[in-house]
Amino acid sequence: MTDATANGTTPASPDEVSKRVHASLKRRYAAEKRFQLYGVVAIGLALTFLFILFYDIISKGYSAFWQSHVTIEVEIDPGEVDPQGDRSLDSLRDGSYRGITRDAFTALFPTVEGRSERRHLLELMSGSADGVVRQRVLEDPSLVGQTIPVEVKLNDDADIYVKDKTVEVETAARVNGIASPTGTSGEIQILSTANDFGAILTAVKEMLAERAEDLRDDIEGDRARIERFESQLQSVEDEEVRSDLESSIASYEYDIEEAQKQIEDLQRRIDQPDVAEALNEGMPSYLVRINGGVVKITSVDNSRATGEVYLPLESVNDAPADSWEILTLPVAESDRRLSDKQVMWLWDLENRGLISLPFNTTLFTAGDSREPEQAGIWGAVVGSFYVLVVTLLLSFPIGVMTAVYLEEFAPKNKWTDLIEVNINNLAAVPSIVFGLLGLAMFLNFFGFPRSAPLVGGMVLTLMTLPTIIIAGRAALKAVPPSIREAALGMGASRIQAMTHHVLPLAMPGMLTGTIIGMAQALGETAPLLMIGMVAFIVDIPGGFTDPATVLPVQIYIWADSPERAFVERTSAAIMVLLAFLITMNLTAVLLRKKFEKRW
Amino acid sequence: MSDQTQTGVPEHAANAPAAAPTPTAPKARADGRTKMKARQVNVFYGDKQALFDVDIDIMEHAVTSLIGPSGCGKSTFLRCLNRMNDVVDICRVQGSIEMEGEDIYDPKVDVVHLRARVGMVFQKPNPFPKSIYENIAYGPKIHGIVRNKAECDELVETSLRKAGLWEEAKDRLDQPGTGLSGGQQQRLCIARAIAVQPEVILMDEPCSALDPIATAKIEDLIHELRENYTIVIVTHSMQQAARVSQKTAFFHLGDLIEYGETETIFTNPKDEKTQGYITGRFG
Repeated sequence: MTDATANGTTPASPDEVSKRVHASLKRRYAAEKRFQLYGVVAIGLALTFLFILFYDIISKGYSAFWQSHVTIEVEIDPGEVDPQGDRSLDSLRDGSYRGITRDAFTALFPTVEGRSERRHLLELMSGSADGVVRQRVLEDPSLVGQTIPVEVKLNDDADIYVKDKTVEVETAARVNGIASPTGTSGEIQILSTANDFGAILTAVKEMLAERAEDLRDDIEGDRARIERFESQLQSVEDEEVRSDLESSIASYEYDIEEAQKQIEDLQRRIDQPDVAEALNEGMPSYLVRINGGVVKITSVDNSRATGEVYLPLESVNDAPADSWEILTLPVAESDRRLSDKQVMWLWDLENRGLISLPFNTTLFTAGDSREPEQAGIWGAVVGSFYVLVVTLLLSFPIGVMTAVYLEEFAPKNKWTDLIEVNINNLAAVPSIVFGLLGLAMFLNFFGFPRSAPLVGGMVLTLMTLPTIIIAGRAALKAVPPSIREAALGMGASRIQAMTHHVLPLAMPGMLTGTIIGMAQALGETAPLLMIGMVAFIVDIPGGFTDPATVLPVQIYIWADSPERAFVERTSAAIMVLLAFLITMNLTAVLLRKKFEKRW
Repeated sequence: MSDQTQTGVPEHAANAPAAAPTPTAPKARADGRTKMKARQVNVFYGDKQALFDVDIDIMEHAVTSLIGPSGCGKSTFLRCLNRMNDVVDICRVQGSIEMEGEDIYDPKVDVVHLRARVGMVFQKPNPFPKSIYENIAYGPKIHGIVRNKAECDELVETSLRKAGLWEEAKDRLDQPGTGLSGGQQQRLCIARAIAVQPEVILMDEPCSALDPIATAKIEDLIHELRENYTIVIVTHSMQQAARVSQKTAFFHLGDLIEYGETETIFTNPKDEKTQGYITGRFG
């Protein structure tokens, strides 16, 4: 007995057993807790990423649903818009609206003069503005000869500025002195009784010092290079190489000399107190708002600023300390899409209440465009619709019939095994391969049109078929065999048992699979690449063979565009695509819930 | 091997099988003429043989029960009688099974027609997930037995009445058959089988999923149905076999050990294995 205990072969005493069970219980509970914790952490992580994704897309994209417009007073000049002079629609259609629209827009700023400044101002208006005026006139020819207010779109950069205030405008530190401008337009000086421009001067000098520092760094570098060349010179014999090295050294020495001269010059400017310094383009912009106008500062000393009037002043009266201010645009003018002048024009238009921000209907009614403010997703939505119709019409019947045949009728042998393996493999094939297949078969062999929803739908059919077949077979397998037996036992033929009993029960599962397949197809880009559906297509497709693009492709194209306004439109298009996908998946869930039969 | 009990009782004179039930006493009907005749039936599942040379004569208007331990082949044999085994790919049936002199495995025989003549009730109640009405009307409709709604309504009612379910179900004909209780569902399945007006009804352990009360009802029903139908029932319950059947066949490991009058089998079995099984010594 004792021997046996030592060998550990005797069963433990009841007390010992209960202890062991207790210990193991503790372990089991701890394991269970840990497992639950992993689950909660995993779900939490997933939700966090989802939240970040949605936050990112929505915060970037929501502003695309609004588009800023400016109201202009357009004089519908009969001479321009009605070349035949008979007010007929044909004549009005041939009329030129560009000139009158542009005139109306520049009329917002009467002081703007000269071709280049005018062009600069017109950059703010969308190129589609004259089309809007034309539309108004064609709808109501009686407007000819009148002056009418028309809301026209701002161009994309201006639009973004209005919506997001992409150009920061800060008010510099409080001004203390009384300012007196020397004129109301052109180049003027503003004199302040206090050192109000001192801060700007300091900033200028800091910048000069920085530049001097950079030059010193350059000199260091040059010296190091010269040293290296000289040491090489001692070991090299070859004449040609030697002369090369020597000329290099000479040129670096010349650079150093030049730099030193510049540093001296900069140092002199920095040390000179109270001498006007010019601002340059690499610096933040400083503007003075005074007497209802805006002056862009070009050079300053402590109490005096010279500048160009951007918005005309009302008078040359002295302005007390609390009625004028210095604005800072921290981002240098050369680093922005909008110039100081354009920012001030927009700022002025906003102050005059001429800018409105209505819902961006263009986004949902227009096709693609190179101009962001004229671009919309409707062309892509229609393209997606046609593609999905083709995909559904082809893949659902084929998929269901394949599933039914394989599951219910096919003999189980090597061939059907092979087919099954291949269908499962097909589901894992990268989708671009289907695109290549489509290119080779549908375009090159059958000669179908490029970029057409018909071909896109056929390619996506190939891609969704495995999904539908696999889901369909799973749904058929889930129908209890007792239902089949009942039907067969009643004397129903196999087809009758299938169509009357099994298929209706499997249908919700099949539909779910189909909708998920469709959602997959809706989000697919790669296979369409090969058949020319990743293309810039402006026209809204009118049929299955018209060139078209689809939503995800539109997103891809926009995401690739350099214009900043396409960033928000990309996110907006993603939101629309997600809305479609969520709707489809929700439909799948609801269908399953509604038609699911229990037994 | 099998003990044929084709007793010398004269053939029953009545030639109309099911259409005109005569008020003869059940006992007397048990020795009617042969409805189905199985000879040298061998069944294989792939390489495995499940039945060995089974010979049975199934009497008209009698209840024949098939008993035996699990896996003895009684269900397999039952499913041979309406060729439900055809559905199983790997299943092969040899030998002959005749129904009223016609080989049911003859290639000329239409399986669908056969199954209309030989109905089946399964172990687990398996009503279609449709309304009670549709459950019963389905068979008659696909076979074209009823021509219009009125005929169909009448057939549904008589079938439900015969299955003893009319009173319980008449107010809820449009409700799903799956909403009934287990016993009711099984009676619904019986009613569904009757609705096609078969000559033979096969029952594969019809009471194994039911409680004793529901079982008693089904057993009563089987008694009544014997008037008009030939019934073959597979059961695990010896008492049930004794209660409902006139003929009993005992299967063991794919062999038919003994076949005869139920009374004889249970009181005076010839074979030791039968004796052992019915007394509960093995199985």
